[in-house]
Amino acid sequence: MMSSDLLRWIPLIPLLASAINLFFGRAIGKRPAGALASAAVGASFALAFYVFWQLPASGVMRDLVYTWIQSGSFQINLSFQVDALTAVMLLIVTGIGLLIHIYSLGYMAHDADMVRFFVYLNLFIFFMLVLVMGDNLLLLFVGWEGVGLCSYLLIGFWYHDPNNAIAGNKAFIVNRIGDLGFILGIFILVAELARQGVWTLDFAELAKQVKLLSPATITLVTFLLFIGATGKSAQLPLFVWLPDAMAGPTPVSALIHAATMVTAGVYMTARLHFLFALAPATLALIAVVGAATAFFAATIALTQNDIKKVLAYSTVSQLGYMFLAVGMGAFGAAIFHVFTHAFFKACLFLGSGSVIHALGGEQDMRKMGGLKSHMPRTYWTYVVATLAIAGAPFTAGFFSKDLILWQTFSHGAIALWGVGLVTAGMTAFYMFRQLFMVFHGECRADEHAKAHLHESPAVMTWPLMILAAGSIFTGWLGAPEYLWGSRWDHWLEPIFGKVAHHGAVSTELLVTGLTLAVVAAGIYLAYLMYGKPGAQPASVPSGLLHKISLNKYYVDEIYDFALVRPFTLVAKFFASIVDPWVIDGAVNGVAATTRGLSTIWRGLQSGNVQHYAAMFVTGALALLAYYLGQLS
Amino acid sequence: MIALHNYLILSAVIFSIGVIGVLIRRNLIVVLMSIELMLNAVNLTFIAFSRYLGSTDGQVIVFFVMAVAAAEAVIGLAIIISVYRHRQSLDPQEMQLLKW
Repeated sequence: MMSSDLLRWIPLIPLLASAINLFFGRAIGKRPAGALASAAVGASFALAFYVFWQLPASGVMRDLVYTWIQSGSFQINLSFQVDALTAVMLLIVTGIGLLIHIYSLGYMAHDADMVRFFVYLNLFIFFMLVLVMGDNLLLLFVGWEGVGLCSYLLIGFWYHDPNNAIAGNKAFIVNRIGDLGFILGIFILVAELARQGVWTLDFAELAKQVKLLSPATITLVTFLLFIGATGKSAQLPLFVWLPDAMAGPTPVSALIHAATMVTAGVYMTARLHFLFALAPATLALIAVVGAATAFFAATIALTQNDIKKVLAYSTVSQLGYMFLAVGMGAFGAAIFHVFTHAFFKACLFLGSGSVIHALGGEQDMRKMGGLKSHMPRTYWTYVVATLAIAGAPFTAGFFSKDLILWQTFSHGAIALWGVGLVTAGMTAFYMFRQLFMVFHGECRADEHAKAHLHESPAVMTWPLMILAAGSIFTGWLGAPEYLWGSRWDHWLEPIFGKVAHHGAVSTELLVTGLTLAVVAAGIYLAYLMYGKPGAQPASVPSGLLHKISLNKYYVDEIYDFALVRPFTLVAKFFASIVDPWVIDGAVNGVAATTRGLSTIWRGLQSGNVQHYAAMFVTGALALLAYYLGQLS
Repeated sequence: MIALHNYLILSAVIFSIGVIGVLIRRNLIVVLMSIELMLNAVNLTFIAFSRYLGSTDGQVIVFFVMAVAAAEAVIGLAIIISVYRHRQSLDPQEMQLLKW
């Protein structure tokens, strides 16, 4: 283990920049403030890369800042650690974060509140880094809540529209439900370990002491922690907030609601893999929830018309894949998909942002089309990222998604693999549907939008191109054995142990071939329906299934009817009956009683000095009389 | 030679006059004078006992009381003046603001 004072600066620099922009941002102006924010993340990225470079092969670097809580033998430190897993997350967060900061310089240039945007964005980077670098569960939770706060602030960034504020509230409240499970899990973990005489939340200590816990306890704890993950990582049944979170500015969707924050749940399970690995029941549940979410969200994405909604449901679906991998115990594969997904999904979101920017805020794909020639850079990067997410051979998504599907298959979970396979086909379909609707065919935008169609400035297209490159090459780190083998597994070996390889290479090739066939079918179907010359992308197919999918299975309506309305009714009852009559009644009653009793006595206090003097004399005389009586 | 009880009776009468004056007069200056009356009634008692018992302790205390009474008169009159400047009145019945 190495210790280094350097680590604390990785999260602190963005925090400092955030504070400077918060207090002096208006004074130093929009562009310098944005440049400062980007430079801070750049500095963090440089430091993270240096740490990554210096990291000993199987080592951990630590930085103890100070002891945060000391109560008896229970000690929580504010201390950061970097190991192989954290290093990966650090590079994702700071690297993608840097690109998105730079992109935002262009995207937000016309926004009056650009300074506030960068304050929030830097604050988010800070909390995300605390989340991935914290060396104990409580610090992770601090980061976890912090990124939730920043997510809320950024979804409601354009708060003048009440819908955006409502979307922010929804994200925050749904996340609270998950966080309740998370914090209960932490409580039970602490309490059960304390019963064995161990007081700790430190990851390294937990890993050592985990055998003290009974299997039932571990199952309960991991189940509760997973509830937290379903909230943050938008899994069934708590995924409803993520599509609405698209109300925020597009760079936010790319950074927070695709590349980094929503993967926190996957990171948490990977960080606590020693705990989850001992709870087969929870893992099975995670696998089922993951596969179900992947499938369910993909079916919704098939019919959405809002460019960002498609990507949002696609994110939910891809997160489902990650949890499917977690459920299979393939934590390395899950983190690999986090890594590759960060690139191509950030690229897709930023590309869609570029399109929205060019069309002056239009998000409806039925009013797009034919943008290929107008914005070639955006188009080509979008093509690359679409191929990557669809899983075309030798793109990043191909390697990571295939790895997950292969792990699922080789673990014998054939049904889940089947679901994953169908989802892969649907992914290819809806992504190519989007590509065709946005960039190909006739331009369906109105004249006004057409007139000022333009390619985005270089500050926006360069990040796109870098991310597009990442959407291909990052996957090559985790190639399967039949190609050149996985450096990825080797890198994460100190964390997750050696990856076992089941199954024959021929089976693996067969499974891969099958996946590719399904993907190709999805792409071809999308071409037939939306891409072929003469196709009518904007026409609305009717039919029950289409309607259900378009309306997102009415999940929001069901939740509204089953949960929100009863809750509101109960709240109304308490607000109109209990609060004014019982609570206020008790408080006001005490006050009224005191006042009523005091009217009797306050007559004595007339304010007239001579009355007081008279009472004084009377008292003195009474005392005198009493003592004289005693004498005789 | 006048007997002790004569002094005490005189003192008690003066003291009572002082008490009644404090309680019933409607002018703060007279109230202050009544307090002086009570103090001097007490002084008279001290002196009478001092003579009767052949001790000087009582006389010493009388000096103290006179010093305190002088200080009290100074402060009391100063307060009365500033009260009068505020309210153009010296009636204690009208000064009843300090209540519940």
